[in-house]
Amino acid sequence: MDDMPETAALTTRADAGPAGAPRNRKAPVYLDYQATTPTDPRVVEAMLPYFTEKFGNPHSRNHAYGWESEEAVETARSQVADIIGADPREVIFTSGATESNNLALKGVARFYKDRKNHVVTCVTEHKCVLDSCRHLEQEGFDVTYLPVRQDGLIDLDQLREAITDKTVIVSIMAVNNEIGVIQPIKEIGAICRERKVFFHTDAAQAVGKIPLDVDEMNIDLLSISGHKIYGPKGIGALYVRRRPRVRLAALITGGGQERGMRSGTLPTPLCVGLGAACAIAKAEMGAEAERLRMLRDRFYEGIVERLPEVYVNGDLEQRIPGNLNISFAYVEGEGLMMGIKELAVSSGSACTSASLEPSYVLRALGVDEELAHTSLRIGLGRFTTEDEVDYAVEKIAGEVERLRQMSPLWEMAQEGIDLKSIEWAEH
Amino acid sequence: MERSAYLDHNATTAVVPAAAEAAAAALALIGNASSAHGAGRATRKAVEEAREKVAALVGAAPAQVVFTSSGSEANNMALRGCGRPAVAVSAVEHPSVLKVARDAALVPVDANGVIDTGALDRIMASQSTPAVVSVMLANNETGVIQPVAEVADIARRHGALIHCDAVQAAGRIPVDVDALGVHMLSLSAHKMGGPPGVGALVAADDVTLAPAILGGGQEKGLRAGTENIPGIAGFGAAADAAGEMLATFARLAGLRDRLEERVRTIARGTTVFGAGAERLPNTSCFTLPGVSGQTQVMALDLAGVAVSAGSACGSGNVAASHVLAAMGVAAEVASTAIRVSLGWPSTDDDVETFVAAWGALAERAGADAAAA
Amino acid sequence: MAYSDKVIDHYEHPRNVGSLDKNDDSVGTGLVGAPACGDVMKLQIKVDAEGIIEDAKFKTFGCGSAIASSSLVTEWVKGKSVDEASTIKNTEIAEHLALPPVKIHCSVLAEDAIKAAVADYKAKRDDDDKIEAAE
Repeated sequence: MDDMPETAALTTRADAGPAGAPRNRKAPVYLDYQATTPTDPRVVEAMLPYFTEKFGNPHSRNHAYGWESEEAVETARSQVADIIGADPREVIFTSGATESNNLALKGVARFYKDRKNHVVTCVTEHKCVLDSCRHLEQEGFDVTYLPVRQDGLIDLDQLREAITDKTVIVSIMAVNNEIGVIQPIKEIGAICRERKVFFHTDAAQAVGKIPLDVDEMNIDLLSISGHKIYGPKGIGALYVRRRPRVRLAALITGGGQERGMRSGTLPTPLCVGLGAACAIAKAEMGAEAERLRMLRDRFYEGIVERLPEVYVNGDLEQRIPGNLNISFAYVEGEGLMMGIKELAVSSGSACTSASLEPSYVLRALGVDEELAHTSLRIGLGRFTTEDEVDYAVEKIAGEVERLRQMSPLWEMAQEGIDLKSIEWAEH
Repeated sequence: MERSAYLDHNATTAVVPAAAEAAAAALALIGNASSAHGAGRATRKAVEEAREKVAALVGAAPAQVVFTSSGSEANNMALRGCGRPAVAVSAVEHPSVLKVARDAALVPVDANGVIDTGALDRIMASQSTPAVVSVMLANNETGVIQPVAEVADIARRHGALIHCDAVQAAGRIPVDVDALGVHMLSLSAHKMGGPPGVGALVAADDVTLAPAILGGGQEKGLRAGTENIPGIAGFGAAADAAGEMLATFARLAGLRDRLEERVRTIARGTTVFGAGAERLPNTSCFTLPGVSGQTQVMALDLAGVAVSAGSACGSGNVAASHVLAAMGVAAEVASTAIRVSLGWPSTDDDVETFVAAWGALAERAGADAAAA
Repeated sequence: MAYSDKVIDHYEHPRNVGSLDKNDDSVGTGLVGAPACGDVMKLQIKVDAEGIIEDAKFKTFGCGSAIASSSLVTEWVKGKSVDEASTIKNTEIAEHLALPPVKIHCSVLAEDAIKAAVADYKAKRDDDDKIEAAE
């Protein structure tokens, strides 16, 4: 991007080293692909004309400017539908997966509230699903929060037991944002269909990373995020099945856009960007997954070769290839982050990393609190290079070694003291 | 596709160059604004700088600005989220206000489309519960400007909150939350030269809002979801350019007046709606007697001229305008109305192109009428 | 989270990292915090015959502010008498390091660590005195 201002240099894509561009060592290596992804330059290119010359309102039915935008939006809708095996008429655009999740849960629960009053979800869902469920509880709904096993996956028998004749919807995420584990979506879909309850899945972290097919998997609602798949921020989509039809109460009412399910002028450039991102992801998913798995293994092997007492959180196999969540025992995560400023990684999920409490996802897996405090989420993605992985291993291993030398817990562990035998003054 | 004149700027307008550049630059920010690392902080900075600019545009404090995904969402948030029932809204509000305030009394407007403040006062006098009133600053179809400061006085006198949909007004006429005396104000970026997909609700400190979209705690918990970074950055740049934009719009008044003069010459029986009231400098809504608005926009489109019959929002149904109906315009007259709305890129040539195409249409229609 | 230059300096160049012999009677050891809360500090002082702290060492499990707070107090307590060291307040630590409000607890922990180390030292001395008296 030649037109980028110099001042933005530290955080531009060019510095993240995509497309084989030589990377400036002084710029941070971006390894936080589950928080957000850089917008793919091909996506940006597709979007830019719709900010300027092709600016019509896609809802203007009276003139060529409107039709041109409408056509672009509908092409994008098809591209989004295509990556999940849906019909374009089943895709509505939203401002992002958070809105999609809010709309799916609150919208469906409220629409059917006269007949059903029970929702099933799981404790490791994204905050926006959990917060929507808490809100529904305040509105009088019952919510079952399924636990997860140590590998991060739900127990299908527990799901079967949780569903009652009052259950309206089951919401289980396809891929967890912190630990990257893949839930058995097809099996969950089959159970929901058999029991005649709607199945919603937050697929923000799954789309473009694992194959998804709404028919084959019996998914009734599915949330998509633009910025998790190299598309722009500020756009997402919700798949809403037409047969058998799912109905929902809108969160935003007004002009009646998106079949009345979501009012507001559609942002053509963002829709185009999401569509382009889906098309690219679909075309490149296989090769990308293979490459990321190779990089992930290289990273993991590099770390365990250097460091004892590191633990992967969540199942390593039933997992998207671009995610690692590792506890570095006896080294506190935030302190570690400070020592690896050259790497943009996350301790806990991005939405809560400003707070000091350890990740609720890790706690739900049964990870000890002290170990939860020592974890980092490493997100690898489309623009990550082998070179960056090697650099990251070197930085992290070096810093963990330094901080362990400084850690009283490491010292005690080396002396053979059982840390659990000590009466700590909890404060 | 022949394109000679885009005159539908109230539906959406072209993104101003500064905003397009800001959006493009923001597309290159890789971090999530909620992330603690440097990439995240750079993104956070872009959001907060834009917030300052949007706040400055309407004389508010940055902390009073909540970014949303659209003006419609801002209107929804104001009326659903302020914790009070909407008891009175003008009859000419945008659907995103009317659909939310289904139980509110519709305050009538006069033949010019201006709200009847006496009627509002009477409605409020009969209210006993803490309420909210919503009145738009400028109408999207006619451009008519409402006496919002006066409305706010009445609302406050009756202990009500006052919300103002300023989506069509911001960047076109001066908008200041204190001068208007409103508690809440809705904005939309794409109506003022910013990118689509972002709006804002400006809310006074003493208004407690409840969020409709829950989750990651963004926007101080009032609006969850990863922020639309290119949209917000572009919104900020557009707000920053608003000073220049106001001067441009002042100039557009002359262009609009000339257009209306020509319209009246071409079709002596025309009605220009709201002409007796204060209006936005860019908007004109008028009839061609005997020719439906749909026919007019189709004929104009063939000539490469983009205008609108009624509002562009919605499901594509061509419903009768609730705005003109509220002004007491008969349905058969309202159905012959079109809206011409100028924007920052509009030129004399655009007006001439429109006049030529519309004049030819009027002439054909006249000939048809004579032949019939 | 933006860290102050002083925090960064102590984090990158921690002073007096290490351990003293905790069985030495002239050494007082304070171990405060809890792993489950995300910070644990171990502060050790070595006190000479005049009751002056001649050496101090720390090890800390925690964020940069926790490491900086404990590193700083090892510098501050050296050369002070045990009673003087006990008067160091967390507010002085927080102010010196320009800690943001969410990190004030790190300075509290450092103050607690000093007090714990001094108490441990004094307890050992008392035991010794008792032993001497008994002899």
